[in-house]
Amino acid sequence: MTVYDRKTIEELIDGTIEFYKLKEMLSNFKDRDRFDKYISILQERVPWDDPILLPAGLHLYIVQKPDGQRIVKCDCGHEFCDYRDNWKLHALIHVRDTEEKMAELYPKLLAPDPQWQVIREYYCPNCATQLEVEAVTPWYPVIKDFEPDIDTFYTEWLQKPLPGSKG
Amino acid sequence: MAIREEELYRKNKFPIGWDGKTLKQMRMEIDEISRATGHYAGLKELPFKEAEPIRYEKIFSKLRGGVVHARETAKKVAASPIVEQEGELCFTLYTPEGDSIVTSTGIIIHVGTMGAAIKYMIKNDYEDNPGIEDGDIFCNNDCQIGNVHPCDVHTIVPIFYDGELIGWVGGVTHVIDVGATAPGSMTVGPVTRYDDGYQVACRKIGANDTLFKDWLIESQRSVRTTKYWLLDERTRLAGCHMIRDLVLDIVNEEGIEAYKQFIREVIEDGRRGFINQVKTLLIPGRYRQVSFVDVPYKNLDVPPYAKVDTIMHAPTEVIVHKDGKFEIDFEGVNRWGWHSYNATPVSITSGIWVMMSQTLIPNDRVNDGAYYASQFDLPYGSWLNPDDIRTAHSYAWHFLVSAWSPLWRALSRNYFARGYLEEVNAGNANTSNWLQGGGYNQFNENHAVNSFESAAEGVGASAVRDGISHAAAIWNPEGDMGDMEIWELAEPLIYLGRSIKPNTGGYGKYRGGSGYETLRLVYGAKDWTMFFMGNGYISSDCGLMGGYPAASGYRFEAHGTDIKERIEKRLPIPTGGDPDPDNPQYETVMNAKEVVRDKQSITTETIFENYDLYLNYLRGGPGFGDPLERKPHMIEADLNEGHLLPRFAESVYGAVVYQDETGTYKVDVEKTAQRRQEKRRERLKRGVPVKEWMKQEREKIINKEASVQVQHMYASSFGLSEKFFNEFKSFWSLPADWVLKEEELDMPTFGVKIKRN
Repeated sequence: MTVYDRKTIEELIDGTIEFYKLKEMLSNFKDRDRFDKYISILQERVPWDDPILLPAGLHLYIVQKPDGQRIVKCDCGHEFCDYRDNWKLHALIHVRDTEEKMAELYPKLLAPDPQWQVIREYYCPNCATQLEVEAVTPWYPVIKDFEPDIDTFYTEWLQKPLPGSKG
Repeated sequence: MAIREEELYRKNKFPIGWDGKTLKQMRMEIDEISRATGHYAGLKELPFKEAEPIRYEKIFSKLRGGVVHARETAKKVAASPIVEQEGELCFTLYTPEGDSIVTSTGIIIHVGTMGAAIKYMIKNDYEDNPGIEDGDIFCNNDCQIGNVHPCDVHTIVPIFYDGELIGWVGGVTHVIDVGATAPGSMTVGPVTRYDDGYQVACRKIGANDTLFKDWLIESQRSVRTTKYWLLDERTRLAGCHMIRDLVLDIVNEEGIEAYKQFIREVIEDGRRGFINQVKTLLIPGRYRQVSFVDVPYKNLDVPPYAKVDTIMHAPTEVIVHKDGKFEIDFEGVNRWGWHSYNATPVSITSGIWVMMSQTLIPNDRVNDGAYYASQFDLPYGSWLNPDDIRTAHSYAWHFLVSAWSPLWRALSRNYFARGYLEEVNAGNANTSNWLQGGGYNQFNENHAVNSFESAAEGVGASAVRDGISHAAAIWNPEGDMGDMEIWELAEPLIYLGRSIKPNTGGYGKYRGGSGYETLRLVYGAKDWTMFFMGNGYISSDCGLMGGYPAASGYRFEAHGTDIKERIEKRLPIPTGGDPDPDNPQYETVMNAKEVVRDKQSITTETIFENYDLYLNYLRGGPGFGDPLERKPHMIEADLNEGHLLPRFAESVYGAVVYQDETGTYKVDVEKTAQRRQEKRRERLKRGVPVKEWMKQEREKIINKEASVQVQHMYASSFGLSEKFFNEFKSFWSLPADWVLKEEELDMPTFGVKIKRN
């Protein structure tokens, strides 16, 4: 069975992994204990203690609060909302809907035309990290990207108790 | 007497299926038992695999090795660079019912499309008329039967053993011309099926392993590039016959009963393997995402009813079920249109397997097992399941590849959450531009071109490293840009440059792979036309987790240049790329009667004279993560290797850069950290709480403030899906009486009212 040491997973998270090691990871069978190692490294790195149930994106986590609530939280500590809600609705937004705003990103002619498409940037209201970008037509509803079934994942697929639970 | 003999012959001949059954009976039985049991062919156990695993694997390896070997050998028979250089071919082995057993490398989307053609022949009683016999050869390229676009031509050969049909082998190549209204294989001009070119609907084209003379004559009179057509056909036939021989050798060695059991078990094995992969790599739940592509037809030279600016819409919801089943729902997708970017269900489902084989099932077990473990919801009447036989499909890929880009994002959220960061891919490039055209070439032959340089675009960024630049295309897992020298032989277009296109990969902590561009000079052509085909007004991906979408496209062409005189006088001429369209350089070393640089990246035929210029700009991939987290040394490399124009180092990455005494770009790490802090403060200042912004946006919707193309997209989605319309209204809290219909827009609505069920 494939197993990687903790250092390798840390290198993967940090983007410092050596190319051939990475290529081997892509080609090889997956290591079954990856999730456990990954979560424990992420947990060690965040400045708060709420147990991480699932990463919801780069810098974003679904965590278990002491009162049993599951919320979406940024690694800076900002708490967005219940995990069943859409965290983007609680973020800051900047919409690039003019040629001038597009020109900060792309040379002339390489940007989308705002009459056809706009670029929406979603920031954490606390640390200002750009957490997601949407390139959509005007009027498009804010997309709810991710609605995981955490209970089935842990209890049936991983066959392990949820972090923070007594089981 | 003659009539009675014929009747007797027919009576004795049929049926050709197993155990005295017709193929139609076999097809129905497989469907019924698979549906009732949830296992392919009702196989709750795999007795052959479990009892004799080594023998089972040996048969699989022989078949897989054989189909790959046939593909590699057949490739050498081809003359078309599309096949010989790009590898635009594949071969697949099927059960008698048309379910795929094993496929070669190559354009494996046709695992499904050729299976659909076989199923069509079964459904339409080909067994009875025109008959299916040992040595027969069939051809199909009809999209509404089973194809992506007409230039993917199928050759299908039945395999008989001891009087019984034991399977089929199909081979497909992307041919260079199908006799459509304009030269090239994926033309823009067609807006109906009748413009799409030569379409062969599952026709018997040979018997006794010999092509019929009338077929050879008719098919060559129907296309422009007869030499390539003929050699591509030989390519397909050679591969099919190699595989047929291989199967018969295996049957002779292993016994027919073992073979029959094997082909059933290997598909059920594929189904189980797919579910296992889903449970290993994904997380149960729902994943939503969207993509778009522009159809700027208002000013194109097309029929009046097709003169519409619109947007194609692909909202997708990936549902990973508790039991590991995988579902993709396209509810909300919009209506088909009078353009050649419509797709058929088999092309979208089969294309998804091409993508999956590069991520979720990255092995050689690509067969119909995965199909049996999945569900696709493809709304009838939409661009991916048209309800009208008139629809055109010649460039279905225009949106297919973009419609799959969100699926990468859905899967990547899973991989990211489970820690398989090496598998994350922010999405795929819109694989354009497609340089196409034709006329009389440098050899004075009636000729068409379709540059397959677009088989090498920028790959999406991963969560570990940048996407690979100018390297791949979603539709051909083994794609290659091809050698310039080969393209110059095939096309009367000389290369004046081939270089990385800066700022085309989506920015991010890890950027998408860059695209590239080639400048071509028309030389030696007569009566020559070309056109452009790519996304211009829209970028069809989003980027992932803070990364930006890849750049969109534009076109550059120049007519009536003085390059001939400049060459004679040994003066500078345009070479290399067009790296910064804000500061055009070609015009400084050339005079031209007309220079076009605009966002209209889809055009119909334009006349090109010798010494005219055409810029072929290939797109980049989307980015991953916040660009302010990009490591300074990576920004330095981007600047020094030509992936990034210097002024964007600051505006996008917050980098403070300078050039050392050798002209090499350096990033001042300390000042960059300070600048990035300022940029974060700027974000907080300009950022608006989403719920406040929604109030402003809601007012715009109520007042219908949006361009007509945007409104048209929504109106056609609303017209197809009440669910999407209600969700839209609910999200924006719109008044109950708010509606938006195509009829109220100032544009043609030809064909809107036809709704078939």
